[in-house]
Amino acid sequence: MQTTLTVNGEERRLDHDVRTSLLDALRDHLGLTGTKKGCDHGQCGACTILLNGKRINACLTLAAMHEGDEVTTIEGLGTPEAMSPLQSAFVTCDGYQCGFCTAGQIMSATGMLAELKEGMPSHVSPSLSEGSEMTDPEVAERMSGNLCRCSAYPFIREAIAMASEDK
Amino acid sequence: MRDFTYLRATDADAAAEALGPEASIIAGGTNLLDLMKLQIMTPERLVDITRIDGLSTIEEDGDGLRIGALVSNAALAADSRIRAGYPVLSRAILAGASGQIRNKATTGGNLLQRTRCPYFYDTAMACNKRAPGTGCAAQEGAGRMLAVFGTSEHCLAAHPSDMAVGLRVLGATVEVRAADGALRTLALDEFYTLPGDRPDIETTLAPDEIITAVVLPAPRAGSVQAYRKVRDRASYAFALVSVAAVVEMDGDRIGKVDLAFGGVGPRPWAGDDVAAALAGETPDEALFRRAAGALEPDRAPHPDAAFKLPLLRRTLVAVLREATGLAEASPGTDHAKDAA
Ligand SMILES: Cc1cc2nc3c(=O)[nH]c(=O)nc-3n(C[C@H](O)[C@H](O)[C@H](O)COP(=O)(O)OP(=O)(O)OC[C@H]3O[C@@H](n4cnc5c(N)ncnc54)[C@H](O)[C@@H]3O)c2cc1C
Ligand code: SF4
Ligand code: FES
Ligand code: FES
Repeated sequence: MQTTLTVNGEERRLDHDVRTSLLDALRDHLGLTGTKKGCDHGQCGACTILLNGKRINACLTLAAMHEGDEVTTIEGLGTPEAMSPLQSAFVTCDGYQCGFCTAGQIMSATGMLAELKEGMPSHVSPSLSEGSEMTDPEVAERMSGNLCRCSAYPFIREAIAMASEDK
Repeated sequence: MRDFTYLRATDADAAAEALGPEASIIAGGTNLLDLMKLQIMTPERLVDITRIDGLSTIEEDGDGLRIGALVSNAALAADSRIRAGYPVLSRAILAGASGQIRNKATTGGNLLQRTRCPYFYDTAMACNKRAPGTGCAAQEGAGRMLAVFGTSEHCLAAHPSDMAVGLRVLGATVEVRAADGALRTLALDEFYTLPGDRPDIETTLAPDEIITAVVLPAPRAGSVQAYRKVRDRASYAFALVSVAAVVEMDGDRIGKVDLAFGGVGPRPWAGDDVAAALAGETPDEALFRRAAGALEPDRAPHPDAAFKLPLLRRTLVAVLREATGLAEASPGTDHAKDAA
């Protein structure tokens, strides 16, 4: 079957099996291998992308369901020459060891900071209505959908804190 | 994953026409695709309802709110009217899954997510819920996540939803559309069935029916609302037990109380008897312990899940302390206002 969607600002037409996940479409059909497959079951966050501006797990959705949708992957966030604030903060802070989870961490943090800006509360927010400070527990809770097998968490948190101050 | 045909429904009539025993609705896909990859669910036809108009908004409905079935878990938890008037629902949703999953998961799909019993997930094992009549491997197996209330000799599984526990304590109803377009409205205890001898059947929904909305009654301004979830790690894990409470005070005495528990039953488990024992009393520790002590299952729990009963009682006492002002409120306990 065929699906047309916008990936990193470019319209892309896919010819694919009905079972193809959005993750496999990005990696295997479009060659955008920055987005990683860890668990393929929504448990690790390595496949996090932005769908119409919101962070989701690309492994738990079908390409067929995204006709006309807008997808942003790590390749669309910045380039080595012109990194996004989060990308450069991860480099500055060494927010990784092996790097496998990093694209997912950065995409997730990008979506997460936008949610924070909109005033979305979290499980650990003292108040539901008053907005949240960027404390360590808030970042840890809001990023709990991204696992890091190397446990680079302290530096990941540092990078996110740095990028959020830049904004 | 088994092959299937895919239909993008443009309206509810088209969806209903394509539905039936061999078909499945797909909404957020976060539970269904997980199960399809493991061949635990093998629908021959997927009916994508995400492009149907009118199911994605939260609207006023009398004094309450009508939440469209496609409203995402994230949008529902963040809605200013829900945060103000129904804080226990925001808290319950925010206690579940991850930021990514909540952005994709829908209100209807969350209600219908399947159990997390490990034998349900393992196609090599006997499981009456997955394969009716094969037996229940959990009975003689490991059972840390199993239910303690409402089980049967055929199935001991717990319903995993946090959101549904928040909805239960608020007395929400589910609006269901039949294939001919007729709407019916069900209380959650009418919507979910108990396992009995047919644990594969979990609701009173017919194969060609669609959940169109969840309806909340008027907000309980002035009530204290709390959701507390106990789990094996601090975040991104299913509940061992959870307690949802709506408590109104009447001067120094406890007024109307509603309670619901998660992780302990095949559906969000109502604590009506405990709530009744609290109404009209002066809050104190002994009262709370006595009321919580009355929580007793009809059947002996699986030995691995027996710890859930004392854990539930203690969690309930802790929630009641904060909700009645005996202890300082921690995140998860909020004062409801008029839905702004
Ligand atoms: C790693 C992980 C962790 C999680 N942790 C938690 C947790 O801690 N707490 C928690 O509560 N949940 C948790 N979840 C579950 C998550 O909340 C559900 O997957 C989600 O809510 C399902 O919604 P959906 O829209 O994606 O459903 P789908 O997967 O699209 O559908 C689920 C079922 O509902 C049916 N359906 C969907 N919409 C309708 C409708 N309108 N009418 C009739 N039938 C319909 C489908 O046919 C399907 O059978 C977790 C999930 C994952 C993957
Ligand atoms: S408890 Fe229920 S879901 Fe688990 S194995 Fe037994 S029948 Fe299956
Ligand atoms: S690969 Fe998608 S969450 Fe792990
Ligand atoms: S850096 Fe190795 S998994 Fe995170």
